[in-house]
Amino acid sequence: MSTAALADDLRAIVGPRHVRAAPAERVTYAMDGLPTHRRLPGVVVLPGTREEVIAVIRLLAALGIPFVPRGAGTGLSGGALADDGAVLMVLTRLNRILKIDAPNRSALVEPGVVNARLSAATRPHGLHYAPDPSSQSACTIGGNVAENAGGPHCLKYGVTANHILALEVVLATGETLVLGSPGGEPWGPDLVGLFVGSEGNFGVATRISVRLTPLPRAVRTLLADFMALRAAGEGVSAIIAAGIVPAALEMMDQSCIQAVEDSVYAAGYPRDAAAVLLVELDGRDDGAVAAEADAVTAILKQAGARGVRGAKNEAERERLWQGRKKAFGAMGRLSRDLVVQDAVVPRSSLPDVLETIAGIAARYSLVVSNVFHAGDGNLHPNISFDATDEAMRVRVELASAEIMGACIAAGGTITGEHGVGLDKLRYMPLIFDAESLGAMLAVRRVFDPEERVNPGKVVPVHACREWSRSANPGAAPRGQPVLAQ
Amino acid sequence: MTILEKVTALLGEGAVLEAGTDRVPRIAPGSPDAVALLLGTAHQEGWRVRIEGAGTWLPSDAPADLALTTRRLDRVPAVEPQDLTATAEAGIGLDQLRQQLADRGAWLAVDPPGLAGRTLGSIVATATAGPLRQGFGPIKDHLLGVTFVTGDGRMVQSGGRVMKNVAGYDLTRLQAGGFGAFGVIVLVHLRLRALPRADVTHVLEGSRDELTQVAEDIAASGLTPAALELVSPALARRDRWVLAVRLVGSPTLVASDEAGLGRFAKLRAEEAHSFWMRLAEGFAVRPVTFRIGGVPAASDELLDLLQHQVGDEWISAAPAAGAIRWSGETTVDRLQRLRRTLAALEVPLTLERAPWPVRTAVGHFGAYREGAGPLVAGLRRTFDPGGALVVATDGA
Repeated sequence: MSTAALADDLRAIVGPRHVRAAPAERVTYAMDGLPTHRRLPGVVVLPGTREEVIAVIRLLAALGIPFVPRGAGTGLSGGALADDGAVLMVLTRLNRILKIDAPNRSALVEPGVVNARLSAATRPHGLHYAPDPSSQSACTIGGNVAENAGGPHCLKYGVTANHILALEVVLATGETLVLGSPGGEPWGPDLVGLFVGSEGNFGVATRISVRLTPLPRAVRTLLADFMALRAAGEGVSAIIAAGIVPAALEMMDQSCIQAVEDSVYAAGYPRDAAAVLLVELDGRDDGAVAAEADAVTAILKQAGARGVRGAKNEAERERLWQGRKKAFGAMGRLSRDLVVQDAVVPRSSLPDVLETIAGIAARYSLVVSNVFHAGDGNLHPNISFDATDEAMRVRVELASAEIMGACIAAGGTITGEHGVGLDKLRYMPLIFDAESLGAMLAVRRVFDPEERVNPGKVVPVHACREWSRSANPGAAPRGQPVLAQ
Repeated sequence: MTILEKVTALLGEGAVLEAGTDRVPRIAPGSPDAVALLLGTAHQEGWRVRIEGAGTWLPSDAPADLALTTRRLDRVPAVEPQDLTATAEAGIGLDQLRQQLADRGAWLAVDPPGLAGRTLGSIVATATAGPLRQGFGPIKDHLLGVTFVTGDGRMVQSGGRVMKNVAGYDLTRLQAGGFGAFGVIVLVHLRLRALPRADVTHVLEGSRDELTQVAEDIAASGLTPAALELVSPALARRDRWVLAVRLVGSPTLVASDEAGLGRFAKLRAEEAHSFWMRLAEGFAVRPVTFRIGGVPAASDELLDLLQHQVGDEWISAAPAAGAIRWSGETTVDRLQRLRRTLAALEVPLTLERAPWPVRTAVGHFGAYREGAGPLVAGLRRTFDPGGALVVATDGA
């Protein structure tokens, strides 16, 4: 089938304004938040209702055409990119909050609802949606479900998977089913838990029931600065080992601090510090939270903090947080392009791993800035570079691979919240053996036997040991893309 | 050769334990690799294998050619108190694991029903969380990763050992609560907490209605107890229903929360210990135990429904979490009717333990939402293509 004919069929479903087929229109969707991967989708379709989603998926199923679901495109793994043989299905028009059930602390939303908008809508009920990725002002709940997104406050409140109660999903065949229940108890195996974080490979979530969390009544936000990165890392371990669970525990290194302070997001971080820690404590009782803040202050000073100060009011707290959440944007001042990396290490190895990363950066003559969820050991080494400089691109790729290797060697993993997508495919065999990768592929084929949803992502097929297809008698080998230009 | 002779040749005499009363050979592999070898052979030979832990939770009564017990997989290869993580083999008893962690200042915040020696693998495979679910979430929230062996002897790793991990699909969550339908868990990577410096329990006796209201008020007050459990008189061994509040954490936070409790009575440390232990053990005594999970606001209605359909003598509920556990004697017909009634209310019923004839007739899961059944069947065929593992997932 020709692209033009397919576009006409899609227009008949979603209306002429919501199909993008011209090259100039499709270029808008050629990248996500990661500048190192680029794919031009065959056609872009923007359904406006779940019925349209189902109709589009059924049409693509009948034609055997692969497709890629996409939210706001803020992902950082190249996961929401479609090549020219596939259809990109953008879900941002499904943006209704269908229900807020305050007594049961839950909400039912469509996948295109923006993360921060959900928290704003539930605030009058004294509730919020706890997972708060840095991109929360743009990213969608559907994208969060696909990636199992995290964020600073996931240290205490848990990641996306801990906040999803039930899902209505559409499989690659167009079949619709509901996973989970209103209270979050599974009907048998935890298929919601399996679906969350599957990066679009299992189908499209069209309705999402989320758990809401009461807004904390008392909050203390502390900024601690250190003259050595290692001391800051040790401070993190000391807090956790003391049995204190802060709401958030974030670290920024000097390069990041200076980028933030040079930008419109300047937060008053001390420019000469080797690292700052942003620690937030929350709870029910102001006196108790204040006492915990005092305990944390003492621990950090013992670990070598030069100074620890608390935000005096909400405005100062917001300013401190804005610097952290907009740090990626502020790094735009350092260079034309930025690779936001994502890896996790055991917390106690943070000081060593940070030193190793600094050494890798020096060897490749690259600027690496660290801004990350220290309490979880979830690193984000950000490499500033110029994508038009081919030699530099190669150095960035080599340095990224070495950083991943260092994190794996420390007992860590290749992604904590950004997903595998395209970018981390090559690292998957470093942490999973062929049998385990084969198991993942076999599970994917239970949901999507033809591997048509978001093809080529997450599991490196060449590295998998073959599992019997007899488990899925209807399964056919993955066909070549049939969408001709 | 008999099955026993073949297994002895495969794994050595040390792996063969004394058979139970049903004379099914009981095999205890000494390593994850030995589990893989045994299941790979079982798959080839067409043997039917039932999975056992310590044998204290699910009755060892499923018809099978051999019983695979994980009880020799009882090592704890790693405890990292600095990182608050640990790796333990699936056959270790929770009591032993708890002690080894406490020695290092760490704590696994789970208190599942059953006897103290229940294995970690059994707790994970059946996803049986106890009252601490209120404050620390279901079993799956304590898992960083698992290694499991499929019904045809493949060893699969999922997840990892660090606090956050989205590399690949989350097969760990599929195993938690899979009742062994998707393989035998051999190794578990755990998320720990620091051993709490303060751990107190307060109780209040009263009518069920009155205490449900108190529980709602506590939840609405912003208090975040580790457990907020409503316990039936028989189970609590008291004259009336009991609402128990457990607070853990730093002494300052706990003291502040205690001040908000009002007319509750504080238990001494040893009283609190035996209160929670009796509650857990109470569910391992009667023949049938199940759990249901609804929305918090429906807790009272669900308790009424249980009282009406199967009685409410042995019940423990977390009204603020919508979780209820029931134990007692009942029939297949009543369970099936109850499950249908609850399904119409969008409340799943999971049969946790029962004699084999009840398990196989009712199924641990059953009553899927429309469309989910084929997915579960597909996953089952993927992880146990020959059907070697004897698991009553769906019922008759």
